Amino acid sequence: MASAEGADGFAAGLADGRAKGPAAAGGPAPGDPERVAVTDEAAAMIRQLTGQHGPLMFHQSGGCCDGSSPMCYQLGELRTGDSDVLLGRLEVDGVEEPVPFWMSASQFAYWSHTHLTVDVVPGRGSGFSLEAPEGVRFLIRSRLMDDGG
Amino acid sequence: MSRYAAPGSDGAVMNYQSRYDHWIGGAYVAPKQGGYFENPTPVTGAPFTEIARGTADDVERALDAAHEAAPAWGRTPAAERAAVLNRIAQRMEDHLEELAVAESWENGKPVREALAADIPLAIDHFRYFAGAIRAQEGSLSEIDDDTVAYHFHEPLGVVAQIIPWNFPILMATWKLAPALAAGNAVVLKPAEQTPASIHFWMSLIADLLPPGVVNIVNGFGAEAGKPLASSPRVAKVAFTGETTTGRLIMQYASENLKPVTLELGGKSPNIFFDDVSTADDDFFDKALEGFTMFALNQGEVCTCPSRALIQRGHYREFLDAGIARTEKIVQGHPLDTETMVGAQASNDQFEKILSYLDIGKQEGAKALTGGTRAELGGELEGGFYVKPTILEGNNSMRVFQEEIFGPVVAVTGFSDFDDAMTTANDTLYGLGAGVWTRDGNTAYRAGRTIQAGRVWTNCYHAYPAHAAFGGYKQSGIGRETHRMMLDHYQQTKNLLVSYSPKKLGFF
Repeated sequence: MASAEGADGFAAGLADGRAKGPAAAGGPAPGDPERVAVTDEAAAMIRQLTGQHGPLMFHQSGGCCDGSSPMCYQLGELRTGDSDVLLGRLEVDGVEEPVPFWMSASQFAYWSHTHLTVDVVPGRGSGFSLEAPEGVRFLIRSRLMDDGG
Repeated sequence: MSRYAAPGSDGAVMNYQSRYDHWIGGAYVAPKQGGYFENPTPVTGAPFTEIARGTADDVERALDAAHEAAPAWGRTPAAERAAVLNRIAQRMEDHLEELAVAESWENGKPVREALAADIPLAIDHFRYFAGAIRAQEGSLSEIDDDTVAYHFHEPLGVVAQIIPWNFPILMATWKLAPALAAGNAVVLKPAEQTPASIHFWMSLIADLLPPGVVNIVNGFGAEAGKPLASSPRVAKVAFTGETTTGRLIMQYASENLKPVTLELGGKSPNIFFDDVSTADDDFFDKALEGFTMFALNQGEVCTCPSRALIQRGHYREFLDAGIARTEKIVQGHPLDTETMVGAQASNDQFEKILSYLDIGKQEGAKALTGGTRAELGGELEGGFYVKPTILEGNNSMRVFQEEIFGPVVAVTGFSDFDDAMTTANDTLYGLGAGVWTRDGNTAYRAGRTIQAGRVWTNCYHAYPAHAAFGGYKQSGIGRETHRMMLDHYQQTKNLLVSYSPKKLGFF
């Protein structure tokens, strides 16, 4: 598995105090625990999509239908702001820029105790995520943050 | 038990075409770029038709057709528009079985639900808005003796509607019926998981609508949904789906200064107070059915009662009875009329549910029944089946906080009214909720305290057209169903008229 790089930035708790997380804009600081990773299969799809669309971003969705799925867009397609947290930047071999992985701060308050791995499965995912026309869907696999893995 | 023959086989009540293009301007139009994608049935995993892969060019053509049709449709008398909706409803009623089988085959839902709920509700919805638009009146305000403000309802023009895959025909109807009643033309994009059944519906009713009033563009969100949602040529975007796409649609709409309505799901609490179990009577039986409603439509419902909160006094006995009721669920071939739980709508949905069962176990949630995929064998081996599952845990677990969209309920206890309300409202969402009690005061106070757009009180999963549906908090913006939905598809035109011949005297 490739891992998320600890990027420049400063660690700060979330405004609502429910969870401590990466700073909204700067992302995780050096020494912060890794929060998001990517499987080799998902990394291959990220490479392919980068070739087709240029630099990418992820934003973790919630709610109905395809909620709970990570949405993959061209970098900057979804405007992120102070109500989002940058969980990490996915390092993928052959992809120049690490791919930022975002989540809304309110959702992070409920997800912060889990580590996320971006995987990919055959599927017909909805939403505007870029991989759907390839016949696959990015999927989140989770484990507890404190399990040492 | 009887089973409907699969579409495409001998004795089938309906058949799909082998290919569906876009429906634009009252005719099928091939995709400009020539691409198609396969549409599998989740019943077996096998493709049964192929669908046009739409792009921005196709969206533009559909918008051209809609803009051509919109002015005349908007000027058509309400009585005539209502008559069209009533004819659509009648045609659907005349073909109820075909529509139900079409939806079941495409979506994986049990045909008995489509027969008894999805399609009859859709039929009633068209009739409801046929009635609502005829009864709608503008208003006038008498400002003073010489001045009157008249308020007219005018259609928005051309609207975009993006439909989810969990109720392909009913959710399309929720959006189409009020939009058409109000005099709008529509460009509709069905979900890429369930793009075909709406075309079968259109094949039944196409002769009833003027060309261009309803246009269907198929395709993927990134390729067809985005150009539709971001088009400056649509007056409004209506979307049902999840939060990130909802944000993106709001973002696009903000670039064009257009309104949106969003229905983004929930994590609905279903609350059972102690007094439910004071008698083993019809009401107790009904409450157990209400608990088991998490499995309706395989849990693929925005308002799935996926958190059951059970008061401590009867916690164990009620939960045991709920487990027993759940284990009586008949899971099987969706076209069997006895089947209660069918297939999840797609492979990725299926995989997502399994990933939640996994994190639920890691977090310490206990599977009281189910908890795995269902191996049904035979021709269903390649389909996407999950056992109805009851997880026991606490509200901070992710299985209590995220819409799994599978036949999975997360159960926890509560001590008293305040504890129940705290847990019920400890969620990002607020679409639905259920309250079960024999005490009218408790029911009323709970219903008013829960931050959700609909609180089913001593019932669940009823969707009458004449009741408003929509979300608090992150569950969305606006309402669907009920005549107030007309407001989301109409402008208010105010004519401020002076009947005085006298000047004001300023100039």
